[in-house]
Amino acid sequence: MSDVYIAGIDMLKFGRFPEKTVPQLGAEAALLALKDAGVSIQDVEALYCGNLMQASAMVGQRILQEIGQTGIPVTNSANACATGATAFRGGWMSIKAGLYDTVLIVGVEQLGKAGLLGGGGGGGGIPREGLLGSQLMPAVFAEAGMEHARKYGTTFEQFAKVSVKNHEHSTKNAKSMYQKETPLEMVMNAEMIAYPNTKLMCSVNVDGAAAAVLVSEKKARELGMARAVKVSASVLTSDPFTDRDLVMPDVNTCTRQAAAKAYEMAGLGAEDLDLVELHDCFATAEILHYENLGLCGEGEAGKLIDERQTWHGGRIPVNVSGGLLSKGHPLGATGVANMYEVATHLRGEAGARQVEGAKVGMTHVIGLGSACGIHILEKTA
Amino acid sequence: MSEEAAPSGPRPVVPFLKIPEDGDPYLEGTRCASCGAIFLGERTTCSKCGTTGRLEPKRLSDRGELYVYSIVHRSFPGIEVPYVSAIVDLEGGGTVKGNLIDVEPIPEKIQMGMPVDVVYRIAPRKDRDGNEYLTYYFKPRG
Repeated sequence: MSDVYIAGIDMLKFGRFPEKTVPQLGAEAALLALKDAGVSIQDVEALYCGNLMQASAMVGQRILQEIGQTGIPVTNSANACATGATAFRGGWMSIKAGLYDTVLIVGVEQLGKAGLLGGGGGGGGIPREGLLGSQLMPAVFAEAGMEHARKYGTTFEQFAKVSVKNHEHSTKNAKSMYQKETPLEMVMNAEMIAYPNTKLMCSVNVDGAAAAVLVSEKKARELGMARAVKVSASVLTSDPFTDRDLVMPDVNTCTRQAAAKAYEMAGLGAEDLDLVELHDCFATAEILHYENLGLCGEGEAGKLIDERQTWHGGRIPVNVSGGLLSKGHPLGATGVANMYEVATHLRGEAGARQVEGAKVGMTHVIGLGSACGIHILEKTA
Repeated sequence: MSEEAAPSGPRPVVPFLKIPEDGDPYLEGTRCASCGAIFLGERTTCSKCGTTGRLEPKRLSDRGELYVYSIVHRSFPGIEVPYVSAIVDLEGGGTVKGNLIDVEPIPEKIQMGMPVDVVYRIAPRKDRDGNEYLTYYFKPRG
C-alpha cells in the first residue's frame, strides 16, 4: 500500500462571513490548497467534503460547481465535530486502497453566532433541557471535567489555565478568530456558562474552511517531496460500551483507543510528538486529553498545565494555533484546520509561532455521540 | 384503552419513568441476562455484548450517589438558571441524568459522592395541549 502525503494544505482565517455561502467558503479553501500543492482541479480524482450543518445539501458538489465540475466522485460526510477528520480519512483510505493518486479534502462550516449547541431533545411531551439536567455542550463537557476533578482533585483554576494558554498562543496566529491574551483572572471571572466552564473556556462559534490535497507516494515524488508531509496514521473510533456512556458521553475511552491505534500504525509513541492540536472544545476537555493521548501519566494533567509543559516552548506544546478556544471551532472545518496547523510547523513555515525542529505532530478531534479522529503527521524532507 | 379515554393523571416525562395505577412511580431499566449491563428504558439488544432477546425489565433504585455535576448558568431562553445538572449512579446499577434540587447551586455545597434520593414531582412545564407531566429529581438524602 502506498504511503499517503499531504501535498497542499491551507485554511481561511476563521471569522464570521454572513455574506458568503458554505460552498463559497469551501471553494476558497479548496483553491488555496490546490495552489499550495501545485495542482489544478483537473488533477483531482475524488473529493471528500466534511460539513455538518448542511449535511443533506450536497456541499461537496456545490463546491465543484464553484471551482470545476469535472465529474469526479464526491463523498459528503458528517460526523459531529469529527466531520473534517472523517472526510480527511475517507480520502486517505481511497489512496491507501490504490484507487487514486490525488484527492481533495474540504472541511467547511458556517456557524455564525450559533449560541449554545446541543440540547435538541426531540420526541413528544415537554422540553427536557433544564428539567432532566443539561444536554447542552458546555454542561456535558463540564461534567466530563468534573469526573477528572473527582478522581484527581483537578481545580477550576487548572482548567482555566488551558484557556489562558490557548488565548496567548493565538496572539501569534493571524488565521485565528481572536488574537487576545486573557489573563487567569479574566478567564475565571468571565461569565459562568456551566461550572467549571466560563465563557472564555468555551470554544468560539465561527465560520471557516480548510482544505488539503492528499497524494500517493508516486504523485508526491512527481510533485517534489520538499514540502510533502507524510500521513503516518489515520484512525477513527466510535464510543465503545462503557458503563455511563449512554447517559454521560465518554470522550475518554474512544480517544484512548484511537491514540493506541495511531501510535501503533505510525510506529511512534507520545514521546516522539513535537506538537499536538487536540480538541479543546471546552477547557475541561483539553485536560482530559493530555492523559488520553499519553502526553502525561494518569492524574498528571493538572500538573502538566501548572508546569506550563503544554505551552509553546514547553515539553509538548498543545494547541499552538490557539485551539478551538481562541482560533475558533467551525465544526466541519476543525478537523482539517488542525492538520493545516501541524503541517505548517512540520514544513517550518509557522513564522512567529513555529515549534522549532518539529518533525512529528498529532491532530485529534472528538465528535460527541461519539467519534474520535486521530492523525499523526511526519516531516519528510 | 382508546385515545379518547386517556388516563387523567400526569404523563411520564420520559418513557423509562413508570406510573403504576396503584403504587409509587419508579424508574425502569433493562438488564442483560448475559452480561449484566443495565440500560435505561426498554431495549431488545445489549450494546455491551450484542446479545438479543435476553434483556429483562429491571426496577431501578430510588437511592443513589452523585457521580458528577455541573452548575448551569446559561441556557435557552425561558429556562430558569442557575440549576444543577447531575449524573447519579443508582444503587444496584443504572446511571441517570437529572436536576439536583434542594441544594444551593454553588460548588462548596455540592459533594461528588454524596448520597441522593430520586423524588417524583409534577413538572413545572405543560405541553401545548395543557397536559401535566410527572418528572424526577435528585435530592440530597437526609
